[in-house]
Formats: sequence, structure tokens, C-alpha cells
Amino acid sequence: MSDLEHIAERRLGGDPGSDLAELEPAAGREGSLYADAWRQLRRRPIFVISGLLILLLITMALFPSLFTRVDPRSCDLADSLLRPSREHWFGTDVQGCDYYARTIYGARVSISIGILVTVSSTLIAVVFGSIAGFYGGATDTIIARITDIWFAIPTILGGIVILRSIFSERGLLQVSLVLIVLGWPTMLRLVRSSVMSAKEMDYVDAARALGVGDFRIIRRHILPNAIAPVIVYATITVGVIISAEAALSFLGVGLQLPAISWGLMISVAQNRILTAPHLLLFPGLFLSVTVFSFILMGDALRDALDPRLR
Amino acid sequence: MVTAIKMDTIGGRPVDPAAPLLAVEDLAVEFRIDAGVVRAVNGLSYTVERGRTVAILGESGSGKSVGAQAVMGIIDSPPGFVTGGSVRFRGVELLDLPEQERRRVRGNRIAMVFQDALTALNPVFPVGWQIAEMFRVHRGLGRAEAGERAVELMERVRIPLARERAGSYPHEFSGGMRQRVMIAMALSLDPDILIADEPTTALDVTVQAQIMSLLAALQQETGMGLVLITHDLGVVAEVADEVVVMYAGREVEKGPSLGVYHRPAHPYTIGLMDSLPRRDQHTERLTAIAGSPPDLLDIPSGCAFRPRCPHARNICARIEPPLFEPEDGRVAACHFWEEVQRGRA
Repeated sequence: MSDLEHIAERRLGGDPGSDLAELEPAAGREGSLYADAWRQLRRRPIFVISGLLILLLITMALFPSLFTRVDPRSCDLADSLLRPSREHWFGTDVQGCDYYARTIYGARVSISIGILVTVSSTLIAVVFGSIAGFYGGATDTIIARITDIWFAIPTILGGIVILRSIFSERGLLQVSLVLIVLGWPTMLRLVRSSVMSAKEMDYVDAARALGVGDFRIIRRHILPNAIAPVIVYATITVGVIISAEAALSFLGVGLQLPAISWGLMISVAQNRILTAPHLLLFPGLFLSVTVFSFILMGDALRDALDPRLR
Repeated sequence: MVTAIKMDTIGGRPVDPAAPLLAVEDLAVEFRIDAGVVRAVNGLSYTVERGRTVAILGESGSGKSVGAQAVMGIIDSPPGFVTGGSVRFRGVELLDLPEQERRRVRGNRIAMVFQDALTALNPVFPVGWQIAEMFRVHRGLGRAEAGERAVELMERVRIPLARERAGSYPHEFSGGMRQRVMIAMALSLDPDILIADEPTTALDVTVQAQIMSLLAALQQETGMGLVLITHDLGVVAEVADEVVVMYAGREVEKGPSLGVYHRPAHPYTIGLMDSLPRRDQHTERLTAIAGSPPDLLDIPSGCAFRPRCPHARNICARIEPPLFEPEDGRVAACHFWEEVQRGRA
């Protein structure tokens, strides 16, 4: 009998609820991953600088008239190819249009395409990547193989082929569509692997053991814990897509005149690079800074959200 | 308090109030992996009645957790398959229920508490939100009402300052408090049965005692049946009415816990008891069971415990011991149970 008593005595230490002392000293209220990340980010110069630049560029895209009163489409051939001056800060192009106004208005196309393409391909990736990663088995094999095949198509080359052979008119929507069609596979692979690792967590089993359904498990328990690398990658993708649009427009298969876009401006400028270098310089500079801002932002987010990747 | 509206049918099958609350019979689970077939559970049977506690005792890899997951219906399949036996809740077979119906049983009828509450709670949501989720998923309550219920539950599991703490995240709690949150979630829908999978293993000893006595107190309040999965014989001695000792996926000894504790009839049970620290014997070293648990891909012929058993003889390698009945209501899977019991006495 003695063993039993000793053990029982050893174990039945306190009455339930007596462990007030066990409570930690009131920890900070905001404790989630995202609150932590935000606190960290606010102190990082890279984040602040890229954030301000992105904010500026988005404002430019939404309200270009805040930055210039000049209509980028009212041009005077008499002013053709002026050098930068007080009247025309960035000079004028061959049509005599104010180049500063055109550069400002060019932000709209770049930012719209960058965000539209990224959001759409992320949505596709999240839906199908979660299904593949969560259910595994045959579903996963089918989705993953299709993705792999798609992944093998080079973006720019595929873009040239599709844009030249299918669309007679190429506007913002057509170019975006092509970039979405070619852009989702990388993202899907990322979501899938991220979901596969989040699925293994005990809290997913715990939720299932308490009768939570698949959809809610994915939405509430897996995605919030799997989305951090996706956010990071999506931010970088905005920059990559913006440069892809510029590349396509430069190659003459993207947007068409009279659209205003940095890629198109650079394309037109290439013939006069020696006589009028400002035509290349300004849109090139804006394009680089935009792409750079999104990539920097992605880096800052990665450091904050996923320290293991540093 | 929470008044649950319980269906008196499960998946269209009528519940029989006279049948045992939970009856697991000859359950078999295997995992088909590249290296071969692992028979993780091979013939597990037990019955849980209202207000009673059954302890499933065994080392890591003995199949005790897999058995519980099979009862819950949360084994990842593939690679895991329930290949035989039955799990009946008040007479209703659960194993062949469609997943939709099975899901309604989980949480409502049978709930589960996991070993490590840090990993079993979602790190990105406040604990109050996670408890409230139960009411929103199963009862369709609104955000505010569900949140209110969550606070009530946190009070019920004796979390101090429950209202303030409901907005905290799991990592802001200590291990014991996190386990209380897990228990609150499991109890949210007034389950008839609670399966606790090593609920105290990740905690230190004083907190272990608090959690165990909390579970006991809650069991008294609600009358729920408790299935306690553990490798700690001390816990068994203290709270369990019945005990099932598992080894390599098989049950090797089973019966009322006092009987098993005082007159063990299987050498493995004795090994487990001897490896406990005891206050009346001040020895330098604890007695360990020689050898290590078998590779489940390559279980020894005959009795799986044979290579580690001091009583092993030729017959043990040839014939897998059937379940002998050393006493009324007890079984032991050992050819030499009489010798084992005598040697102990």
C-alpha cells in the first residue's frame, strides 16, 4: 500500500486554482506575430524608407494631378526634345509633351499592373496551393505537376508569344492577364510548401479533434500561420512584375501608344539615347526606384516575419 | 453554464442510453509507409462509463496515442488506416460514420486534450478567441456571445483574471495555464468523454498535480468519462479506475487499477513500477527495463516483450501469449503470469 500512498501524496499537491503564482507578470498586450513584426519594423530604416517611397508612388498613381498640373497628352510639336529646364523639369519628348508629367502619369500603369498581377496570382496560388498542401495525395500530385509544367514556361518569352499571337490590342488588362497566367506557379509552390509545414502543427490536429471543419481549419489555423513567407514574396513580386511589364513594353509586345508607361517611354527613347539621354534617364530612374522599393520592402518584411530566412 | 442541445441520434442512428458510454473493441491501426507496414495498434479494447477514468499506460511508440487518435477519427490517412475493431458511443458505431457526422461527434461527444499546449494552440490568435471558436463552429453563436462564454469557461478551469487574460496570446501564458486553456476548449461543448493525451507530460511536477486535480474536479462536476493516456504509473494510481497497459501496439495487462497496481501479472507492468522513484527506498539508481522498445516494423515473434523479459523461455518465442485471466475482470498476456505474480508477492 505504501507505494500508492506515497505517489498519491506526491501528486495531489495543491487544490485546483491555487497556482496564482504561476501567472506570469502581465506581459505586453500585443503579442501576436504581426504585432511583434510591426513593432520591429517601425524601427528599421529600410522599412521606413521603402514604405515612404511606396506610399509616394501609390499616391502618384492615384492622384497624378497632385504632382503636376500639366496634361501629359497636350503636346506642342514646337517644343520637341527640349532639355530639362525650369519650365519642363524633365524636358520634353519628341512630340513636345512635358516629360515630367508623362513620367508621373507613367506610375499609374506600373503600379496598377504590379498590384493587379500580384494580388490575382497570389489569390490563385493561395486557393490551389492550400488545397494541394492540405489534402495531399492525388489532388496534390495533379496540382503540383500542372504547376511544374507551367513553371517551365519562361515569363518574358511566354509573354512575347502570347501577347503577339493572341491579342490584337494590348492594354493594361491584356498585359496583366498574361503576367498573371505566367506568374502564379512560383507563388503556388511557395503557398503549398508553407501550408504543408503548417498542417503538421499540433494545433491543426487539436482543432480537428474538437470538430472544426476543413475549410475553417485552412482559413483560421493554417493560412494565418503559413502566410508570412507569401506576404514577403508577394511584395517582391510587385517589383518583379513592374519590371516585367517594362520589359514587355520595351520589346514592343506590351502596352501600345498612346498609353503612358515607363517601359514604353524607355522603348521610344532608345533611338535617341545619345542626342536626348534625359528621355531614358527619368523613366529609367523612376522604374528602378519603384522596383527597388518593393524589393527592399520585401526584405524588411522577411526579416520581421520570418527571422529564420535571414 | 453551457446547456448543450444534444441530438439523441448520431448520423441517423439512435443512441442507446443503456449501452456503454464508449466501448472500444479489438481496435487495430496500421501505418503503410515505404519501409513496410507498421501495426501501431493491434487489438485494443476498453470501456468507459460515465464518471469513470480509464488510463492507457505505455512507453512512447506503444500505440497509446494512435489508439486515441483512431477513436477520435483524426488519423492521417494515408498513411494510417484503421483496419479492424469497433468504436461505439452509446452503442453507435463511429468508425464507419461519414466524415461529416464524425466531425459532429468530435468536440460535442468526445473531446481531446493534447500533450503540449504550446504547440496545440494557434500562436496567432488570442486564447479567448480560440475557445470562442468552439461555440461559433458548433453552436453558431455570434462573436460577442461566444466571447462571453469563453470567459466563463476560463473561469471554470480556474484561470485567474480570466476576462483580462482572454485577449492574451498562447505564448504569454505559462505551461500550466496553457493546458488549462486547452482543457477549457475541450470542455466547451460539454463532451461526454474527454481523452487526455499525456496532459501533464510537458509540465513540471507541481503543476502536473494541479492539472490532474483540476481534471478530477471537472470530472466530478460534469460526470464525464475520462480516458487518460500516460506513461506515468503514479498518475494511474492516483486517478484511474481501470488501467490498460500497452506494449508494442498490444494490450499486455488490463484491469481495475488497484488490482493491477498491487498484484501485477505481467513482467512489463512490473518493470514500469520498478522504474518509479520510491520514497521508502533510497537507492542510487532507478531500475530501468533492460533493452529498448521493439522496432514496430520488426516485432519479435511470439511475445513482443520477450527480448527484455526476465521470465522469458522457449515458448515465448514460439507462441504469442493469449490473454489469461489472473483474477476476475483482469487479463494479462503472459505465459508465466502465475510465476510473475508469485515472484512479486
